[in-house]
This record gives sequence, structure tokens and C-alpha cells, in this order.
Amino acid sequence: MSDVIVVDKVSKSFPLPEGKGEFAVLDNVDVRVATGEVVALLGRSGSGKSTLLRIMAGLIRPSSGTVDSSGKRLEGANADVAMVFQSFALLPWLTVIENVELGLEARGVGRTERTKRALKAIDLVGLDGFESAYPKELSGGMKQRVGFARALVVEPKVLFMDEPFSALDVLTAENLRGEIDDLWNAGHFPAKSVLIVTHNIEEAVFLADRVIVLGSNPGHVRGEVAIGLPRPHDRNAESFKRLTEYLYAVMTNPAMAVEARSAQPAEPAAARGAKAPSPFARPLPHVRVGTISGLVELMVDMGPDQEVARLAERLALPVDDFLSIVDAAALLGFAEVTDGHVTVTPIGRDFATTTILRSKDVFREQALARVPIVATIVKTLAQKENRTMRADFFLDLLDEYFPAAEARAQFNTAVEWGRYAELFEYDANEERLSLGEAGTV
Amino acid sequence: MLQRVLPAAGPLRRLSFGLSDVAVFLGALILLALVAKIGAGSFVSFVPPQTVPGVSLDPRNLPYYACRSTLRMFVALFASLLFTLVYGYAAARSRYAERLLVPLLDILQSVPVLGFLSITVTGFIALFPGSLLGLEAASIFAIFTAQAWNMAFSFYQSLRTLPADLNEAVAAYGLSYWERFVKLEVPAGAIGLVWNALMSFGGGWFFLAASEAISVLNRSYTLPGIGSYVAAAVAARDMRALGWAVVTMAVVIFLVDQLFWRPLVAWSDKFRLEQNAAADGPRSWVYDLLRGSRLRRILVALWTPLGDALGRALGALTRVRAKGPAAPANPLAETFYNAALIVAVALLIATGARFILTSVGLAEVGKVALLGFYTLLRVVALLVFATVVWTPIGVAIGFSPRLARIAQPIALFLASFPANFIFPFATLGFIRYHVPIDLGSVLLMALGAQWYILFNSIAGAQSIPTDLREMAADCDLRGWNRWRRLIVPGIFSYWVTGGLTASGGAWNASIVSEVVSWGSTTLVAAGLGAYIADATSKGDWPRITLGVGVMSLYVVFLNRVLWRRLYALAERKYRL
Repeated sequence: MSDVIVVDKVSKSFPLPEGKGEFAVLDNVDVRVATGEVVALLGRSGSGKSTLLRIMAGLIRPSSGTVDSSGKRLEGANADVAMVFQSFALLPWLTVIENVELGLEARGVGRTERTKRALKAIDLVGLDGFESAYPKELSGGMKQRVGFARALVVEPKVLFMDEPFSALDVLTAENLRGEIDDLWNAGHFPAKSVLIVTHNIEEAVFLADRVIVLGSNPGHVRGEVAIGLPRPHDRNAESFKRLTEYLYAVMTNPAMAVEARSAQPAEPAAARGAKAPSPFARPLPHVRVGTISGLVELMVDMGPDQEVARLAERLALPVDDFLSIVDAAALLGFAEVTDGHVTVTPIGRDFATTTILRSKDVFREQALARVPIVATIVKTLAQKENRTMRADFFLDLLDEYFPAAEARAQFNTAVEWGRYAELFEYDANEERLSLGEAGTV
Repeated sequence: MLQRVLPAAGPLRRLSFGLSDVAVFLGALILLALVAKIGAGSFVSFVPPQTVPGVSLDPRNLPYYACRSTLRMFVALFASLLFTLVYGYAAARSRYAERLLVPLLDILQSVPVLGFLSITVTGFIALFPGSLLGLEAASIFAIFTAQAWNMAFSFYQSLRTLPADLNEAVAAYGLSYWERFVKLEVPAGAIGLVWNALMSFGGGWFFLAASEAISVLNRSYTLPGIGSYVAAAVAARDMRALGWAVVTMAVVIFLVDQLFWRPLVAWSDKFRLEQNAAADGPRSWVYDLLRGSRLRRILVALWTPLGDALGRALGALTRVRAKGPAAPANPLAETFYNAALIVAVALLIATGARFILTSVGLAEVGKVALLGFYTLLRVVALLVFATVVWTPIGVAIGFSPRLARIAQPIALFLASFPANFIFPFATLGFIRYHVPIDLGSVLLMALGAQWYILFNSIAGAQSIPTDLREMAADCDLRGWNRWRRLIVPGIFSYWVTGGLTASGGAWNASIVSEVVSWGSTTLVAAGLGAYIADATSKGDWPRITLGVGVMSLYVVFLNRVLWRRLYALAERKYRL
């Protein structure tokens, strides 16, 4: 197998506002896509997987490192690939066939040839009869079929998919995923290779021949797992289950080394986190207190020790959201995660089963002890004579470590937790934090 | 439907006021003075057309006049569209152009267009010596200035807010700049553009009426048109002719709306960015007729091969080339840019000071500022008056879907009906009942401007969700409390937009409503509008420049300290 796309030591960072340095998204990433294979980039939010895909598609330039496509250094949009977007990205004022013809038109294909090829592609994805419909008349699943037709009609060397099924409901996604897999297995797929970005572990194992696991903050390759099952991958096979469970364990434990067959050995992620001593540098998972409490309660009901994979299945949540909740519970000391298992701690049990006032007390103690940013905000407010502080002050501190939007989101999460714990109050009008009742004690 | 009308919010969104804004503002004013000075010097020898056509008051000529006027409107609309596409694109696509073009647009929106009229008429006549074309061009230009800025802002805004995924998709599929322009950028801006054009077109009738008959340098110029017909009728004290003109104008506005704007609005609805089907879009019988016609199919069939060839040629010319390494902002260039700006601002201030000291004198500046204050009082009075009268009515209409369906088109119609057609009737009333023009001019200004408050109130009331209204009824909120807790917060942001548009319109209208005449009787109010009008008819360039400059300063200042803050408040606190 020859390599179509070779990513060599690519790093990417975005400047932070007001010249406060840079926010690293990708760090020294090596990835290859060979002819004839389906590769999945699996990672949680913050792993830079979408950024990596866009760098390979030539939509974003890397800060350093190179991308070669078909042996040529990539400059500008990559002509070897066609992309399927999470949000479909269809032009609402063009009909289905006009949308599908978009890439052909840009390549200067004449009208008759264009129509012929577009009709064939529309037929292939099962949208026969909808050629002159507008996207707004179609359901989500049908819109994404248009997205696939638009990508496949140009017969790209590599088909790029950016979480193509995550905007669809579970059943529609399942259906479309299966059909795309069938097309690939039947051997006359219009693309030579496929690269899919996903945070859905099942999806990665089901579709891919090779799963590249990305770690977060900044994004890096932790290692890769070869699936090595006969296609189509049978979900009920023991080996399928073993692989999914293994990947769940890997995803819930950033410090775990991925059994690597790639050239790049996994680096312990703990070492990466350790270089950030500021309480404002450590990202909080964006989860509401009620959600954390819901998860812990559910686990108390289901039995204190759960396999992550089973729990995720039971909740039918997007894996990324689910893992964020688990992270938050672990951060607050309500749960522990080891080897793909979650266990509720005694404190967690107390938090989930007691009265609302007592559970606030528990939450407050845990937040003060275990969430540095909350503790620091309380300490800062307590030191002020009037016990209040402009939100800008804390936002500025967060801005040192996060891009503006993420800094805002971090701040909002910290405020939500602190408010719940009655540690501080927040006046959204004046954008001012003040010490709460419980914070003064 | 009216929610998309709100055109003026664009400039309010930018809250920062940078050095480049100062430079652009001063630069624009100085340029104005320069043009005026040159106009006074070299253009004095301009050759006006030998025979200026007279206007016959026979009502049978009215259809012809109306056609001439309408043609002018459409030529101006076409020019505005071209300007919008080029200007908006340049401002949105080039970082450096943006810093200059956006504040410039901001200023141009604030400058009272009618004050320019004398300058442009002279300029255009000089451009086409001895021909009526100069007058035509000047009139078209006046209408253009009433339309172009709003439209350009709307297009710029929609280019800046293109959905990121669509932008990525066109880049990923290798579309050339031309293909991106016609497939993504223009369609995405189409709805905003059509609505802004519709609103500005309505405002354009006012300028048309004012620009067809104008006296500059103590000479009056007329163009065959409905505006000059009204002027002639006023001079001849012919009530019957005036009545005919009003009727004709109403018919023209109605026809243009039915035959042009409604089909256009119905057509442009397909450029909605939402991916979900709307319940019912705007309808137009003309559009339905056209869509099903054979003529359309023939035209499409003829156009297709031509369009294909053109598209391919332009597409090939504007291929997106591979970009070199992204150039980081060069700190040296930035420093240089800022230094150049400081020097420019200093030079501009010096030039301005010199102009004031040598041509008009400080005393005159003080006098003009005082006159501006009088006009400001009028604008404020108008806003208060229109708010007190029209907001309750607008809210009542907005809360009743049935009433709204009937009243909305009427409000839109009234807003686009040129108020200066009604001025003579009001003037007659003032003379007969001895109403002082200092007060009467407020009423005249209100004739055109109040409708913006009305239909923004309607739109605001419609935007208050039904569940909130039910809650208010459930909690027995009544009278003042209902207004304080529900209605005022609910319509606030709409009122800001309406108030801003109304005040802009009122400043402009002051130039024609502080001086009104009936036959040989002329009423003059004390105000900046009258000052500019007087300087214009005398051809006193320094005083025109001073008047227009001071009025622009007032408008810009008000926008910055009042409207922009209110808008920020609306965005922050009262967004539903």
C-alpha cells in the first residue's frame, strides 16, 4: 500500500487575544493515509482532530511541519480530497443536483458531463427522485446523503468525513453509516481511501481498518490500533467488543499508553498536564451540576461499579458529552475511573442520595478542595474589602491559557459550579462576581 | 416580515472608536470643503444648459413625468447595487480596506445628503457642459446617496457573518473567487440586500422630489419629473395640480411595489440561510405568474449557454492560487500605519482650523452650532412626539395579527411616500392659521420620519413571544405595569432602530422643512436646515461646507453618545 497523504511533524497554534502568546492545538503530529484503507481519527474534544483534518484538506495551514499529498507538498486546498461536513454545509439556495455539481463545476467539467455524473452520484446515495429538491425540504439524513454525493461525485483519492453522523439522530445515523460501509465493502466506492474524524468509539471500530487515537491539550497522537477484522465488522463478534472496551479504557484514562504499532510511542499525558501550575490553566469539563448529580444517582441505582462502555450505551449520549460528565464526576471526587470502569466513591454516594441542602454542602467541600479555579476565585474575593470583583479580572487570567470563546466557557462553568455551591454570586448585568453566603465562612 | 426591515443596526454594532475613524471623519469633511472650494473657483465658468425645460401643469403630462422620475429612481438603484457589491466586497475581504471603508461608510450615512445637492449639481453640470445630462446625473446621484450606504453596509455585514461551514465547503471544493461570489456570497446577502434596497428606495422618493427642482447660484434648474411638477404647482399656487401629483405618486408607489418589489422579495426568500422550511414565505401574484410563464423558460434557455461560458471564463480568471505562508501582522508596518494616521489627523485638524479662521470666522461657527442646537431640539421633539403617539398604536397593531396584516403594508407605504409632496398643504395651513414655522417645521419633519417609529413598534410587538403575553395576562399585569415589565423591554431594541432611522431622516428633512414656501410667501425657521438651504440657494460655498460639516458632527456625535449606547444596552439586556 502506498501513502496518499503524509503528515510530518505538524504543529498548530492559534494566537491568543492581545498578544498573550499562543494556544497550542496540535503538537508534533505524524499521520499517514494509505491507498485502500479506512482510517479513523479518534479523540475527545480538545484533541484537535478537526483541526488536523482541515490541515490535511489544505483549509488551514500548519504552524510548522508539512503535509504531502500524492507526493506533492500541499499548498492551498487539497485537490485529492473531498469533504463531508458535520453540519452538511449545503448551499440552501441550490437544488440537490446543483449542490452535487458544485465541485465538478469548480473543476471546469462541462454541463452535460456534469449532469450525468451528478445523477449517478445521487443514485448511488439513494436520493433518486430528489434531484430538484431544495435542502430545506429534506430531512437531516437526506441532507447528509447530498453531502456524500457531492463528495463522491468528484471521485477523490481520499474521502474526508468530519463527524458525518453526529448531527443525525441515532437511528438515521446507524442506517446511513451502514449504507456507506456497504458501499465501501462492495468494492466500487468512488474514493480510494477514507479518513473519518469521530469521537464515537463504536463508529470508529465499525468503519475503520485502523484507529488513530489522539490525546488532548494540545492534540497529539497517543498511538494507533489496527482493527484487523474481516469486513463488514461484526458488532457481535467477541473481538469487536474487546476492541471497543479497550478503546473506552484508553479514552477515559489519558495516562494509559496505547498499545502502539505506530512509529510514535505514546507519551504519558500526565506529564503534559503537569507543566501547568496555574489554577486557571486546567480546563474544566463543561457540565452542569444537575447532570453530574444525575449520572452519579443513576450509577448508584445501577450498582456502584460500571463498565464505561456499558454505561455510555445505556445513556445513549454522544460519547464526548458522556465522557465529559464522567470527567467532571471524577474531578469532584464523586467517581473514580480505572481501566474502563467507573466506581462511585462514598462521597459521591452521599452527594447523590442526601437532601438538596446537604448535597450542596458536599459539592461545596469537594469543589473547594479539588477544583483549583473555584477555590482561587473564592480566595480572591475574600481578600477584597468589598468582597466583589469584575468578571474581566478572571477572564483575563483565563485568556492567558485559552482562546477567547473557550475562556468565556471556562468562566461560565466555574460560575455555574460556584453559584450552585453558594460560594459566590454573579451579576450578569454588571458582570461582577461577589462572595456568596457560604464563601464567607 | 418586518423584522428583516431594520436596516440601520449595522453601524451600531461597532462600538470602538479608533484613530482611523477620526482620520476618516475629518478627511471626509475636508474633502467636502475642498470640493466646495474648487466648485466655487474653477466651476464658476461652467456652462449650464441653454434651455432648461419648463414644467407644464397640465395633469395629462403627469404619467410622462412620473415615468421619467421612476426611471431616475431605477438608474440610481442599479448604480447603488453596483456600488454595494464592489464596496461591500472590498471592505469585507481586505483587512486594510476595511479599516478605511467601514468608518467612511459610517460618516457618509450621517452626512445630510441634501446639503450636498448644490455641490453635486455644479459638479455634474461641469462634467456635461451645456447638456441636461448633468442635471439628470445630479438628481440620480442624490437618490443614489440615499440608497447606497445602507445597502453597502448590509452586504458587508452579511459577508462578515457567512456561516463558517459554507465558507469551508466552497474552499474545500476549490471554487474560484468568482464562483464563491455568485454561489455563496451574493446569495447569502440577497435577502438583506433586497430589504435594504426596498427601504432605501422608499426613502429615495423624498430625495427625488427635492433634487428635480433646485436653485443653485441664484438660478433654478428643473428636470421633467413629478418632483419639479410639485415645485411648479407650489410656485403657481395650483391646488388642483398638487392633488393630481399626490394621487399619481401614490399610484406609482403602489405599482412599483406590486410589479417590482413584491416579486423580488418573494424570489429572494429562497436565499434564506436557515436549512428548515419556513411555514409561509412572502407571496406575490406577479412572481407566481412569471415563474410559470413560457417567457421565463425561453429566457433561461437562452441565458444558460451564455452564462456557462461567462462563468467558466470568470472562474478561470479568478482561480484561488495557493497561498504563501500566512503573513503575520508586521509590527513595523502597524507602527508605520498608526504614525501615518496621527500625522494625517494632525494635518486635517490644521486644515480644518485654517478653513474656519480664514473663510468663515469663529463667530460664524458659534452661530451655526447654535442653529444646530435649535434643529436638535426639533429632532428631539419629533422623537418624543412620534414615540408618544405611535408606539401605543404600533403595539396595539402588533399584538393583533389581523390588524397587523392590514396595517403593515400601509405603514410601509406611508414611509415611502415622499413627505415633501404634503409640505405645500401643511404650509398653506400654517399661513392660514398663523402657526409659527419654528414649531410647524417639527410637524413637517415628522411627516416623513414618524413612520419608522410606527412600524418598528409593530415589529417589536410582534416579536414578543405569545407565552410572555399570556404570562402577563395571567399575572394580571395591567396598564403602566404591563408597559414597564413587558412591552417596553420587549420592543426596546426595535424602538432604538426606529428612533435612529427617524432621527437620521429628520436631520435630512430639516433642510427642506425649515424653509417652506407657497407661491411667493416663504416661511423660514431658525435652524441649521434653513441655514444650509439658504447658503445653497446663494451658492455660498464656505457656509455650505460649514453647515453640512456641523450637521454631520451633530449626527455622528448623537450616534456615538446616544444611539450606540442604547443599542448596546438593547443587545445586552433586552434581547429576546
